[in-house]
Amino acid sequence: MSAGEGAWETILTKVRKGLGVYDSGQRRAVVAARLGTPPPSLVPARAKRPKDELRGMLRTFLEGQSAKVVEVASAAEAPAAIGRFLRSTNLPLRVRMGEDAYLAGLAWASEPALERLQGPADGEDSVGLSHATAAVAETGTLVLASGPDNPVTLGFLPETHIVVVEEKDLVGSYEGAWEKVRASFGRGAMPRTVNFISGPSRTADIGGQLVMGAHGPRRLCVILVRN
Amino acid sequence: MSVGTSPAFKDNARAALGDAQLQRALSSVAPGLAARRSTARAALPEFEALRDVGRDIKDHTLAYLDLYLEAFANKARAAGSHVHFAATAEDAREIIRAICRDAGARVVTKGKSMVSEEIGLNACLEADGLEVVETDLGEYLIQIRGETPSHIIAPAIHLTQDQVEADFRRLHTDLPKDRVLIEPTQLVSEAREILRGKFLAADVGITGANFLIAETGTSVIVTNEGNGDLTQSLPKVHIALASIEKLVPTLEDVSTLIRLLARSATGQEISTYTTFSTGPRRPGDPDGPEACHIVILDNGRSELLGTALQEVLRCIRCGACMNHCPVYTAIGGHAYGWVYPGPIGAVLTPALIGMRSAGHLPNASTFCGRCEQVCPMKIPLPGLMRHWREEEFSAGDTPVLYRLGLKAWAALAKRPRLYHPLARLGIAVLAGLGRRRGAFRRLPLAEGWTRHRDLPAPQSRTFQALWADYKAGVPR
Repeated sequence: MSAGEGAWETILTKVRKGLGVYDSGQRRAVVAARLGTPPPSLVPARAKRPKDELRGMLRTFLEGQSAKVVEVASAAEAPAAIGRFLRSTNLPLRVRMGEDAYLAGLAWASEPALERLQGPADGEDSVGLSHATAAVAETGTLVLASGPDNPVTLGFLPETHIVVVEEKDLVGSYEGAWEKVRASFGRGAMPRTVNFISGPSRTADIGGQLVMGAHGPRRLCVILVRN
Repeated sequence: MSVGTSPAFKDNARAALGDAQLQRALSSVAPGLAARRSTARAALPEFEALRDVGRDIKDHTLAYLDLYLEAFANKARAAGSHVHFAATAEDAREIIRAICRDAGARVVTKGKSMVSEEIGLNACLEADGLEVVETDLGEYLIQIRGETPSHIIAPAIHLTQDQVEADFRRLHTDLPKDRVLIEPTQLVSEAREILRGKFLAADVGITGANFLIAETGTSVIVTNEGNGDLTQSLPKVHIALASIEKLVPTLEDVSTLIRLLARSATGQEISTYTTFSTGPRRPGDPDGPEACHIVILDNGRSELLGTALQEVLRCIRCGACMNHCPVYTAIGGHAYGWVYPGPIGAVLTPALIGMRSAGHLPNASTFCGRCEQVCPMKIPLPGLMRHWREEEFSAGDTPVLYRLGLKAWAALAKRPRLYHPLARLGIAVLAGLGRRRGAFRRLPLAEGWTRHRDLPAPQSRTFQALWADYKAGVPR
């Protein structure tokens, strides 16, 4: 659109005039280098601990942020853990999930009463089930990538969100999670949405008092599947 | 652009100090945020080093802003986003109006965006007949009162729970009159119920952006409620509105800034939701917006580049400066009279609406320096306020009496042989008079101070005298 182009030219001119610079190959090379090979971040020491400690850290942070964490010894035990969580919370044995192959391949036969609906959430579902791309120990943060496998609405419309994460996808830092995203999508590309989720939805907007379940899920349950 | 009530800052501040309801609301929340920041900082040994890295990231980005803006636009367009540049607030409003019109929109949901406050977006969309719904709970609370945010991350910090209950009973008239609204959870549930309907009905969702990532063409929002995600995932059109200084180069850079943002703002390790959005719904996606627009606003910021004020463009809008400000915590955000309150507002507002309108703001500081001490981006806020005071003085806009006072002080301060005896005398007299209570409830010529608080009495000797003793090794 022409109006936008005009504004871009105006802003570009003002920015360069303010900075006292002009378009040069040398400046472009600096920017290309930074974008192509980002300098390593200052990653906090806590994110570089051994995997066993990272697992404990993830759990401690998530629980401190009001999530429930359930560890299971293998993928085969995940459906039963989901069933137990739903029963213990008095929720219907019905979850909505995407086309994620890992989730589809779980041993659902062990929970015959658990109903599984497929597709995005529409506002009527009470429980959404997702498979995380990664979990970041340094702050107790799940990393979800949107798409047909894990529709983004599953994590926001239902009152309860259950997220399955595999221990092999546990990383120390945010940078570790980006490595995983870049491994699947390529450098410079991203899934449509990447969600960092670090607990259930909350607000402190009324008198500064913390209340869970502002607009998103009131409950977050993380199923951590050991290798 | 509207200048709000900034020119009336002094009257605003006086009214705020006398407003018992406001004082009650202010008493706990901001100090609580400051205390939590301190705990979070202590829990991360690298925090101070991260501030240096964060400052360097932003300085680097600003130095190459033209090229990062271009790189961002190219990447975002490649991912299917429409990127619009707006030189002025009016341009941005027109772009957004046109997008809403083309989408045939009737209901627009909004995530929290200070830039949308800056451009007066809601009033303009409402004039077009749209229903505009703020979905951040704090923003909703002030929208239904016809107010503006009084804090950049806690917009309803000036309200008490009782006021919220009264507003809900006044507005949500479809609900039973005898319902119980005693606990904050009950109020939050009611708002959730009402806003859920709006989320599902919205045709366009408008959010701000905490960061724009040049490497990937991604816009980032940070929330605790998840309202931003429902705002941008459910309607068929998502508009992200951001100003030019929100650019960062890479995912590594944004990771550093995320480590600083929530800790500085609320003392959380990280906000509950940090969402990275890159373009509209993709083939096979069962949800997400069909169209994604990114509106990038200048509105005077480019004029700060290359000046002393360039450093203010590092701001990541965490609000730590206001949580730690003795002026902000005494008068709240509305007294500042324009969009951005507190120390950051005192520096940014004169740059955006002019020193003639906002001249009081950089003068309303004790220069205690806490804002600079806690700023994750190490913006020298007191120094920049001093810059504005000097500009005002050079332009001859300082009030006559104030000028004379400054001149008299300067004349005295430049003559140590006159200054020191007078200082000794003044301090000895005040110390003697105030000895019993250690402070003054009332003092002639200082009513402006003592009306709302005591004036501490000085110790019995001047700093110069104590310093001379210290250097001479005299025990205290």
